[in-house]
Amino acid sequence: MRPIHSKITEIVEESPNVRTFFFDTQFDEAIPGQFVMVWVHGTDEVPMTLSGKNSITVQKVGDATSRMFELGIGDHMGLRGPFGRGFTIPKKGENVLFIAGGVGAAPIAPLADIVKARGIEGRTILGSRCCDELLFRERFACGRVDITTDDGSEGRGGFVTDQLADTNTSDYDRIYVCGPEIMMYKVFEILKARNVQVKSEFSLHRYFKCGIGVCGTCSMDPDGLRVCRDGPVFNGGELEKSEFGHYERDSSGCKCHF
Amino acid sequence: MKIAGIELKNPTILASGIMGTTGAALARMSRNGAGAVVTKSIGPVPKKGHNNPSMVELECGYINAMGLPNPSYSGFCEEIGIAKSKTDAPLIASIFGGNAAEFTEVAKGLLSSKPDCFELNVSCPHAEGYGASVGTDPDLVHEITAAVVDAVDVPVWVKLTPNVTDITSIGRAAESAGASAVVAINTVRGMAIDIHSGYPILGNRFGGLSGPAIKPVAVKCVYDLYEVLDVPVIGVGGITCWEDAIEMMLAGASAVEIGSAVHEDTQIFEKISKGIDTYLQKYGYSKAEDIAGLSHEMI
Repeated sequence: MRPIHSKITEIVEESPNVRTFFFDTQFDEAIPGQFVMVWVHGTDEVPMTLSGKNSITVQKVGDATSRMFELGIGDHMGLRGPFGRGFTIPKKGENVLFIAGGVGAAPIAPLADIVKARGIEGRTILGSRCCDELLFRERFACGRVDITTDDGSEGRGGFVTDQLADTNTSDYDRIYVCGPEIMMYKVFEILKARNVQVKSEFSLHRYFKCGIGVCGTCSMDPDGLRVCRDGPVFNGGELEKSEFGHYERDSSGCKCHF
Repeated sequence: MKIAGIELKNPTILASGIMGTTGAALARMSRNGAGAVVTKSIGPVPKKGHNNPSMVELECGYINAMGLPNPSYSGFCEEIGIAKSKTDAPLIASIFGGNAAEFTEVAKGLLSSKPDCFELNVSCPHAEGYGASVGTDPDLVHEITAAVVDAVDVPVWVKLTPNVTDITSIGRAAESAGASAVVAINTVRGMAIDIHSGYPILGNRFGGLSGPAIKPVAVKCVYDLYEVLDVPVIGVGGITCWEDAIEMMLAGASAVEIGSAVHEDTQIFEKISKGIDTYLQKYGYSKAEDIAGLSHEMI
């Protein structure tokens, strides 16, 4: 598909470095966890997980996202998608645990919306560096929310893993995780030690080139799973003994260790 | 089947630039039935490639301008080693450079990882100073091919660009310099523009067209090369099903490479090679080599 010319209809400043852009293009068929390729004309095109049917939530980190922060309501971007494999939608009667760190709350929030709408009980561990950077806490209204902040400015001082250590994971049928890879890997290690990793799903980030599963740039070791097509959401069981938590590759294909 | 100096497991080969940046990805395509695999094109120094969008699906195929991203030969030896340890399909190292000295530097640099063959990329249509910038000049193609053939002890294939007036003159230059086969075609130069913003869609503004739209172009190039060359022709361009592969073989291809079709189906190699076998059986041929170029006799 060619990029869909999409007008920015609303911009919400979530924190000094995070904004949500709403568009006049709606991806009604998108499954939570799926992404769109966001083309910033004249700059670059980057993958962004949908934070809603017509929104992306962006942390300013590079050329494309910095250029996005210069755009206003009425400006346009090109959107292609939805692409990739999203999260498994929980069934009625299943107990759900969300673990989100920083801007990692964005891909999980649409799933929390569905969970709430279906009357499923969903508990959340939501972490960030400080209270100003807690994202979408109001969207995790499907159950109890435990807040952690690195600096202790709100909730428990520490990391989401500290809260997870005190959480009985056997109470949950499905565990959804998104955040910085090091955070996700620490969560993975805890879940694996408790032998519940196959109940978990992680949303991964890698450098994408084609974004449609052809070029292989985002292939993971050792099985060659493509993050853009076979993921970006992977079951914890699929990530065992993989590069996850150890290294990623830059745009030239060189390994960068975490 | 032994074609152009290497023992293919079947006539379907993974084309360069597709699932070829890591050893694990190459091994996965081999598990999915590829008779051999070609790596992403590797050059003398790490290269990040063009900005995105770098590949977009159009109504008739795909347009791409990756910009030869690669970790350089020193960074890629490990990946070839991984691919070779995980599969017994031949591994063909695609390489590029700006001149004969760079090509031989890369080829020699990869030799320690023991590729089964080299494929010279003198045909990428959108990397300034590389690819088709050298592959449109028969003298340069001859010089580069001869230099690599001299430097390595495995077969050398040369991948040709269709973006020339006469592809046979380039094919002849490769053959006379010692190439074991020519591979035709690389992508057809092309461009797509977003009519709403006015921006060319690719980050590089223009690029190369692949997929179903270019199959007739590839069939004609393969047909013409088969007429004038003694070395085998490997057919590539727009093959998405076994019928396409047979058509390419009847035009003159001894084997085929498959690229963009991986987008629709990662199991494509197994499906196409089974389809080829069924066709050969149905029409009473004992091996794939028997149909290469058959259409030339149908007058």
